[in-house]
Amino acid sequence: MSRQANRGTESKKMSSELFTLTYGALVTQLCKDYENDEDVNKQLDKMGYNIGVRLIEDFLARSNVGKCHDFRETADVIAKVAFKMYLGITPSITNWSPAGDEFSLILENNPLVDFVELPDNHSSLIYSNLLCGVLRGALEMVQMAVEAKFVQDTLKGDGVTEIRMRFIRRIEDNLPVGEE
Amino acid sequence: MVDAVLFELLHTEMVAELWAPDSDLDPGPGVSAGRGGRGQRTSLQVLEGVGFRVGQALGERLPREMLAFREELDVLKFLCKDLWGAVFQKQMDSLRTNHQGTYILQDSSFPLLVHVGSGLQYLEEAPKFLAFTCGLLRGTLSTLGIKSLVSASVAALPACKFQVVIERS
Repeated sequence: MSRQANRGTESKKMSSELFTLTYGALVTQLCKDYENDEDVNKQLDKMGYNIGVRLIEDFLARSNVGKCHDFRETADVIAKVAFKMYLGITPSITNWSPAGDEFSLILENNPLVDFVELPDNHSSLIYSNLLCGVLRGALEMVQMAVEAKFVQDTLKGDGVTEIRMRFIRRIEDNLPVGEE
Repeated sequence: MVDAVLFELLHTEMVAELWAPDSDLDPGPGVSAGRGGRGQRTSLQVLEGVGFRVGQALGERLPREMLAFREELDVLKFLCKDLWGAVFQKQMDSLRTNHQGTYILQDSSFPLLVHVGSGLQYLEEAPKFLAFTCGLLRGTLSTLGIKSLVSASVAALPACKFQVVIERS
């Protein structure tokens, strides 16, 4: 019986590690393909965007959350539902701007960077930049144009990982917005 | 725990990103920007290589108790049940062998092909969606001490066969 239980948890762990290991191998390959970190960052953002526009459908189908009425609700849903569902973590929400159009997501630990160390010659690499693209792409599909960027990163020696989210504008019509 | 759907979406993006037409086989001065690190390798080899590294790393993380294999066939069964279960949330549909080091693993509905199409349409596209997984199998086997060649074939999407040929020294 216990062997079965072990297999179950082992399977989940393998499944989880599969993503982070694949992501790491992808970043490594991109660093070989592109000459500088800035280009890799851009590719990660673009790939994340493409993932985000599809992920939102999966999210809406599985989470049963209704339409968000303001950016605060959106922040809650992102941190407490989406991050939990997909990455198994619940970032905290802090540092709201007075206008309520900017906030920070604080990740105590970032599953993407398990087993990862940045080599010295890649100090400008934003390793987890895929996440910013995912957030941007997903929110665009629900009519919100946002900017997401890393302002702290444990990979770079910071104590926590912080993503700053900024609301730009509501997208009024349903015409597809072009990718960068 | 990372949700399984993320891997599938990442894989799709990875294929789109790492795929370049075979014109990049010629590493002349006009090599397209963004493919500088490839040398002579084709896109399929690049994707397979990424899968191989992931397979190796996955294999290294398995607890030793899980790997008490008595023989080669047990290893292949492990791939069909446990690895496939962890990666694709299902088991391989069948495993055949000639008992001389060649194994055919059959999946009647390979998850990474399901969204590509069904039947004979897009048959040409299939290899790029299989390369990573071939490498994954080869990499996991490598960590388990087995050198192999892994290839995949598709007669009609989304069914496919993986062929594992064990290299005997």
